[in-house]
Amino acid sequence: MPAIDVAPAAAGDSREARRAVTRALAARRARALRAAAGLAVTALLAACVSVSVGDYPIPLADVVPALLGLGDEATTIVARELRLPRVLGGLLVGGALGLSGAIYQAVARNPLASPDILGVLQGGSVAAVFGITVLSASAALVSVSAFAGALAMTIAVYLLAYRQGVSSYRFVLVGIGLAAIGTALVNWLLTRADIFSAAAATVWLTGSLSAIGWESVIPTAVAFAGLTAVALVLMRRLRALQLGDDTAKGLGVEVERSRLALLLVGVAAAGAAAAAAGPIMFVAFMAPPIARRLTGAPLALVPAALAGALLVVASDLVARTLFPSTEIPVGVVTGIVGAPYLLWLLARANRIGRGG
Amino acid sequence: MTLGAEHLRLAYERAEVVSDLTVAIPPGRITAIIGANACGKSTLLRGLARLLKPRGGTVLLDGESLQRLSTREVATRLSILPQSPVAPEGITVADLVARGRYPHQPLFGRRTEADEAAIADAMAATGTLELAARPADELSGGQRQRVWIAMALAQDTPIMLLDEPTTFLDLAHQVEVLDLLADLNRRDGRTIVLVLHDLNQACRYSHHLIAMRAGRIVAEGEPAGLVTEELVREVFDLPCRVVPDPVSGTPMVIPIGRHLDVGSGSAVAAPNHHRDQEAP
Repeated sequence: MPAIDVAPAAAGDSREARRAVTRALAARRARALRAAAGLAVTALLAACVSVSVGDYPIPLADVVPALLGLGDEATTIVARELRLPRVLGGLLVGGALGLSGAIYQAVARNPLASPDILGVLQGGSVAAVFGITVLSASAALVSVSAFAGALAMTIAVYLLAYRQGVSSYRFVLVGIGLAAIGTALVNWLLTRADIFSAAAATVWLTGSLSAIGWESVIPTAVAFAGLTAVALVLMRRLRALQLGDDTAKGLGVEVERSRLALLLVGVAAAGAAAAAAGPIMFVAFMAPPIARRLTGAPLALVPAALAGALLVVASDLVARTLFPSTEIPVGVVTGIVGAPYLLWLLARANRIGRGG
Repeated sequence: MTLGAEHLRLAYERAEVVSDLTVAIPPGRITAIIGANACGKSTLLRGLARLLKPRGGTVLLDGESLQRLSTREVATRLSILPQSPVAPEGITVADLVARGRYPHQPLFGRRTEADEAAIADAMAATGTLELAARPADELSGGQRQRVWIAMALAQDTPIMLLDEPTTFLDLAHQVEVLDLLADLNRRDGRTIVLVLHDLNQACRYSHHLIAMRAGRIVAEGEPAGLVTEELVREVFDLPCRVVPDPVSGTPMVIPIGRHLDVGSGSAVAAPNHHRDQEAP
């Protein structure tokens, strides 16, 4: 028998093969970049529209000059001091939620996994509502406790799901269970509270951008930038983890440590969003599949963040303008869009017999 | 590059599956691990690939204990294709194979020329180049298995371990995958260890056979001479005939089963022959 059975590829063949691979990988990358650019432009456009509309309308063409301080004084004040923090806050909160959802869904390998379904936002809600109704805490303290509650809930989910490592399936089930307990605790706190703090807590619970000022935009921006950087460093590990624990281990990934680090980034991002705007539901859940659909890639962290930013800013725009005299909280709009998507996903999972 | 184990004990939770096992995998050869369900063959493979931490004993890679090497370091010398790897929804073949380069890439930085060359080589060797831009979830079972082998190949390690690479494939695709592995072994002298269910395929495609029962090695060696009717009975509790494979000359196991004993005047000569032998 010959020593070499495979026809030795001619040099030209192997060059051709390499070109084919390079082409296929480059095409993927180009599509992801186009999708990201499209999402970014659309989100910025929605942000500009959001700055322009309101009781004191600013023509769209004047928005950028007004933000740069080139317009008249009244326009500049409305644009910069009243509307810009809210719009920036919306972009950042949406970005953080999208990033968090993309990490959660990739780590759990399940499109149903996201911080708003696996108890992260519910944990934040319990702590925040406790702060509002029992401690009558300041807004800043409520934000801090929302973040801490989100973190504590995730640690609880992780520890309860841990058995010689954390399997995705158990993590999802335990998360859903603890989320339900969190919701029950919130309801219990609300029934015990006096009517005024209960009303305040309910507003917080719906998720709203109306209270966002520069004092919460800046810490959210810092958190978002830092967490995005860490997530990008961990992204290659996450790509390996998507292939299953055994495959990832075989590729040289420290599976349990990487998973924990990624979950911490995910929960910190969702917690930061909740601290700034309350638990805006379904954004972390919807943004990653939108990004995956547009990029065609199984993992798209930055596009998911951009899709989240677009979702929140566009939803807030709808929330502010739907009824002329009053505005509704942004969480109502994202809920109206998100709940049917969840139902569709569940129905589809049932039909094709897998977890999504 | 050598791989072996000394006094290895492997367990899941409480149940010990592999006990006091010592083995040396012959370098540059194809080794097949066979045995009944739950005999510990996949567990042994997982132990050799450090997917399972030993309860006792050591796995040695080039004479060094696996546990003293970083997992990434191991990944440059040894690749493992597990039983059920997960292809994320929508991933393209090229992207999937490219992920095999993980242990060779630095924390930051883009894919290098060397990475792309390794990916292209792996895809050319497995005949998956023309699938490069296709989503992995649209492929047939045989194609998908070739793509996973390409991913393990892109990892570019001298030792490759595969856990039941032919399961869920039809016969033609089983042969296709085994031929591919034989090619890879001959072409670059890669050490290949695989868990197989089909004894005849194991006899035909491996240079070295390891037969396991209840967590221990019952016999190992070259298939010819090793695989006898007694061995198959010992390992699988199965009465059988062993005849030379008409194509390769390697041992071929023909199970007897019970139903032929009760049947009337079977056209098959072998069972009668067998009954003569078994008669007290």
